[in-house]
Amino acid sequence: MSTALSLHRSRKRKNGVMMALCVVAAGIGLAWLALILGALIYKGLSGVSLAVFTQMTPPPGDAGGLLNAIYGSIVMTIIGIVVGTPIGVLAGTYMAEYGRFSRLTTIVRFINDILLSAPSIIVGLFVYELLVRPMGHFSAIAGAVALSILVIPVVVRTTEDMLNLVPNALREAGTAIGAPRWVVIRSVAYRAAMSGIVTGILLAIARISGETAPLLFTALNNQFWSSNLNAPMASLPVTIFQFALSPYEEWQQLAWTGALIITLTVLGLSIFARSLTGRREDR
Amino acid sequence: MSAASEAVTASSMRTREATVRRFALTDTIFRSATRLSAILVLVILGGVAISLFAGSWQALSKFGFSFLTTEAWNPVTENFGALAPIYGTLVTSAIAILIAVPIGIGIAVFLTELCPRPLRRPIGIAVELLAGIPSIIYGIWGLFVFAPFLQTTIQPFIIWVFKGIPGLNSLFAGPPYGIGLLTSSLILAIMVLPFITSITKDVFDTVPAVLKESAYGIGCTTWEVTRRVVIPYTRVGIMGGVMLGLGRALGETMAVTFVIGNAHRISASLFAPGTTISATIANEFTEADGELYTSSLVALGLILFIITFVILAIARYMLLRIDRRAGA
Repeated sequence: MSTALSLHRSRKRKNGVMMALCVVAAGIGLAWLALILGALIYKGLSGVSLAVFTQMTPPPGDAGGLLNAIYGSIVMTIIGIVVGTPIGVLAGTYMAEYGRFSRLTTIVRFINDILLSAPSIIVGLFVYELLVRPMGHFSAIAGAVALSILVIPVVVRTTEDMLNLVPNALREAGTAIGAPRWVVIRSVAYRAAMSGIVTGILLAIARISGETAPLLFTALNNQFWSSNLNAPMASLPVTIFQFALSPYEEWQQLAWTGALIITLTVLGLSIFARSLTGRREDR
Repeated sequence: MSAASEAVTASSMRTREATVRRFALTDTIFRSATRLSAILVLVILGGVAISLFAGSWQALSKFGFSFLTTEAWNPVTENFGALAPIYGTLVTSAIAILIAVPIGIGIAVFLTELCPRPLRRPIGIAVELLAGIPSIIYGIWGLFVFAPFLQTTIQPFIIWVFKGIPGLNSLFAGPPYGIGLLTSSLILAIMVLPFITSITKDVFDTVPAVLKESAYGIGCTTWEVTRRVVIPYTRVGIMGGVMLGLGRALGETMAVTFVIGNAHRISASLFAPGTTISATIANEFTEADGELYTSSLVALGLILFIITFVILAIARYMLLRIDRRAGA
């Protein structure tokens, strides 16, 4: 009797210890997020001023802003999205609509999942070999192409998943009134899956706007204002990289401020994207 | 009257036929466009592989197999070997996974078994936001906040603890720089944590409620159910998640570049600065002068590509298996 009781007690104790450890694990996860965000706000907020958004990146030891870097980031992100999104949506459409059970779809899904988590610096090397070396110089175009290659797998994945969720009865209803396949896809399937596809695009924007590695040797960096797509262009992440590792205090401060701007943008985008699909799940 | 109506029918037939033909043509065009885009995904991966092979050919043909086994990395004498970066990549990723897996599984258990329902989604999202933070942010935070903290508190303490223990004292030896292999591993652990957590949570959700309830029914504690029912049932899926996290850790660039110290040498101590494949490429590529130097860096990229491709392929295969079982 007493051994059974003590066994019971030791099992309960073990359970208590392990569950406490699980709570600690969750605490660790949340604490890291708080620590990182706290440090960013503490170090970055003091540098936020109007000058950050209106002045160019300064020479060492001078005051200035991040205007050209912010502009470059926005330009390359937009081109990356504009190039990558149609390809991703179309590929996802093939996988979910025309070729749902084809061999090609199985292969593309597998390869796409690998591209989704492939190191982004590899993409940078690829675009360097593909565009920078033949053209002979770094350019904003090359940077945008590298970003679009990162966009494609994200959009393919979400488009396929979301189209697969569209009930077949909807498609059949469209076909029954004589609409051809592409009209059904465009006016029925896309419409039903719209919020999901938009979520995918937003997540893709969130992902590429913080990417540094693929820009390092494609778009390079630029100390000055440049809107020439065929020339090196500054971007926020690469500027942060350069400024943070410099010995100059003004540059380091700008790096922290830039880091705060990027993080708030990216986290804002991903929370917004999640809220779109979140409502969907509740319905 | 009848002739007129026949003419109308014929003309409407003609327009109808034309419309159907137009529809069919548009459909063919749209279908081909989607198919081409799907094929483009394959072309991109093929292009990556081919361009890396082509770019690294010069280095690989000069150094041959010894590229993998040479520690030297000397741009002046143009003698390059990949051993130190490969060592750094594997060691930092392995330690990161060792730290992140228990914590990730712990969070997944907390979210599926312990957490009050209204808090589940917010906490789940908060952990996933860790994955959304760009890696350069981890880098700048690691260099200016985390590394100094390690240097002044944790590292001296660990060195003091392991001073007298043979074997371990060489693992934790040397002056505490703050930056180095261990710091990189810790940062990587935080970065892969959300991936492991979210996949573990997903596969935990695939466990049939009946299985868990029958274990609870015979009086098992939550821990016993997790340890004896949930984890064995989802083993393959968890392994897939771990591999996915490993793939991420191996290729992670910016965060590691900030905190690893960029030293091309292999040291026994985890506190010593080292380098990884991706950090070497990020640091040296734009400054590399000479074809052979550039080619050697691309060869490093090729090695990283092959390692991550294999790891990620295994991960996907494992996750596919658990998907099939959940679907069946």
